[in-house]
Amino acid sequence: MTLSSVKPILSFQSAGVSLGGRPILRAVELAVGPGEAVGIAGPNGSGKTTLVRAAATLVSIDQGSLSVLGSDTGAPDLTAVRRSIGLIGHQPASIPELTLFENLDHIARLGGFDRSRVTRALEVVGLGEAAGRKVEVCSFGMKRRLEIAHLLLARPRLLLLDEAASGLDDAARDLIGALVDSVLARDGGCLVVSHDRGQLETLTDRVLTLAHGTLKAAQ
Amino acid sequence: MTFWRQALEIARVDLTVESRVGNTIRITLPFAVVALMVFPLALGLQLGVVSATGLGVFWAIGILFGMQVALRQSASDTRERRDLQALLGVDPAARFVGRLFSGGLLMVGFLLTMLVAMAVLFDPDIPQGGWPVLVLSTLLVAIGLTELGTLAGEITTGLSHRTVLASLIVAPLALPLVIGASQSVEALQRDTGILAWILLLIASDLALAVAGVALARPLEKATR
Repeated sequence: MTLSSVKPILSFQSAGVSLGGRPILRAVELAVGPGEAVGIAGPNGSGKTTLVRAAATLVSIDQGSLSVLGSDTGAPDLTAVRRSIGLIGHQPASIPELTLFENLDHIARLGGFDRSRVTRALEVVGLGEAAGRKVEVCSFGMKRRLEIAHLLLARPRLLLLDEAASGLDDAARDLIGALVDSVLARDGGCLVVSHDRGQLETLTDRVLTLAHGTLKAAQ
Repeated sequence: MTFWRQALEIARVDLTVESRVGNTIRITLPFAVVALMVFPLALGLQLGVVSATGLGVFWAIGILFGMQVALRQSASDTRERRDLQALLGVDPAARFVGRLFSGGLLMVGFLLTMLVAMAVLFDPDIPQGGWPVLVLSTLLVAIGLTELGTLAGEITTGLSHRTVLASLIVAPLALPLVIGASQSVEALQRDTGILAWILLLIASDLALAVAGVALARPLEKATR
């Protein structure tokens, strides 16, 4: 099997995204292969979050094409593809009024994950003792760890991290590193965006730069 | 996870959150009951007038505050939660149905409590056999209002000023519910037959349910 015959996990081809009539991404060419982690650096407002949301099939492209896990994102039903995507975005999606355990159990029920692994996943990310604490009284770092625990349960094939390590302590950053490694070990792919180039160089195989919606090789 | 399990799980968590926050039970309901209490005082304690206006006041206040209950439920969704549900493979129609279960249960409890409060405060002149009709109308209005609020919440997702827009959508669409509810008891008092009004309520509920389920997926796509 040649390298070119391996189907990419994620492939943007001349893809463009406009939001509210304003172009955010322009003619993006990007491929993430199996076992590969790609970093995207760029200043605030450069389109990094839109790139991640498009890769997660949460924003539609209006030019070019986008293929995620071998499926074109214009397909009528993306449910199966979406269930293989793991996303850590800017803001945690947890429900403040529920405890950490209840949040993860809710996710496990909705996602059809093995609920018997919920307690163990919380322990792995260091939330075992705090499992009964409501999310509204948890720190940002704890909410991030909860999201990592979710992805440990979900075992995604495509991992998307949007400034996921910002504001975290070293131990939590190590957890994110381990999460990336586990996805790559399963021949999955990772797309990591951050304005912190040093962090990207640690986590990924290559780093590209996004500026004004246009992707360039890192300088 | 099946459609119905997803719907039930969403309803379960909505009700758990409501039991802890108490938006409906501890905030909206007391205000609504106070509003009911103010009316007899404003009418000058003329018992005949108070008794005659009880039902009208119940429907006016019940539907106004009921809209708040319905809209508050759907306004609690954040973009991050919707994204998470999309990535977990939650069917948007299952989310709509789940919201109907939880919101409907709260709305039924809310309106029935208001009905009891109205009966105590206004001692309305209800004709024989009127109470079952009134309870049935209340249940049908509760279901319809929940459907409207949930549908309006889905339509306005991601828009700025969504609560204002949702209210503007709900108000005119609630008219068949208001008319059906008020006229069913009125018809009983006039002895002119209530079937047409009850059928109007049932038809409104069914139409809103079908619209909500059918529109859930296109609306989810349109907001991406």
